[in-house]
Amino acid sequence: MSEANLTMGHDAGVMEERPFAIPSKKLVMWLFIISDACTFGAVLYAYGYVRNAAPDWPHHFEAASIINVAIMTFVLVTSSLTMLIATRAAKAGDKSGALRFTFITVVLGLVFAALHLREWMSMIHEGVSLFQNPWGAPLFGATFFGVTGLHLLHVISGAIALTVVALGYKRGRYNADDIEIWSLYWHFVDLVWMFVVPMVYLLNVAR
Amino acid sequence: MSAVTNAESLKTDLLVYVGILALAGVQIFLAYHSPGVVRMLAVGAIQAFLAVMHFMHLRGEKSTLRLALIPATLFVLVMMNMIWADSYRLIHLRPFPK
Repeated sequence: MSEANLTMGHDAGVMEERPFAIPSKKLVMWLFIISDACTFGAVLYAYGYVRNAAPDWPHHFEAASIINVAIMTFVLVTSSLTMLIATRAAKAGDKSGALRFTFITVVLGLVFAALHLREWMSMIHEGVSLFQNPWGAPLFGATFFGVTGLHLLHVISGAIALTVVALGYKRGRYNADDIEIWSLYWHFVDLVWMFVVPMVYLLNVAR
Repeated sequence: MSAVTNAESLKTDLLVYVGILALAGVQIFLAYHSPGVVRMLAVGAIQAFLAVMHFMHLRGEKSTLRLALIPATLFVLVMMNMIWADSYRLIHLRPFPK
């Protein structure tokens, strides 16, 4: 008698097939990702709406800012690659390799967060706050900190989640599927950044 | 997974990784020479396609999963474009959109 019948009663059938042939928890992560994609989409559209409606939107980002953003992009995309390698290692049963590359991913995520916070501090020092700035439309600060802050929150919480999952994987509480599921979240965070950079930074370069 | 398959996978991973970074470089080039929202979004969409299909392994999943996830998400994101009429109304301080 299968364990399913023991828990579900004598007349219970076999357990349902996995939805779309993936574990349920993986489907849940995909559903969360598409909902978060719509959230970020709404935030970016709101940013575009405010920017489009303002006649004096600041074009503030000098070459130093763009270089910083390029470095941040390199760090985040590299962290996606290391997470991909970690997932493949976990699927192949290479536990130490999976852990090593997951922790490298976490470190790269924290480097990204540090670079981002440094940029924030620089802008606040120049006089940018939520509802005023020295250059133009008052809502520049609110939209900038709102969009990038939401993304930064996802990066930091992703770094925390990956650490928890990696430590659980090391202890045997989690398996390779869990590493893969959280790698999906991390790749999504990277994917969002690919839209934040052009919309928030590259369309507002100083000329 | 065999060593050969692993090596091929890593090679493809690296190619996609370099491709995404190269596209980021293209966006920076466009920012200084030929800026435009549509061009930027188009390059971003290609990067997103590479990331979703390859990094997130959606290419290797069942087609029903792709059909369940992608069209609905794209529909919601495309429908958000209806706000632009109001945005243009606002900048011209018109009481109603054209």
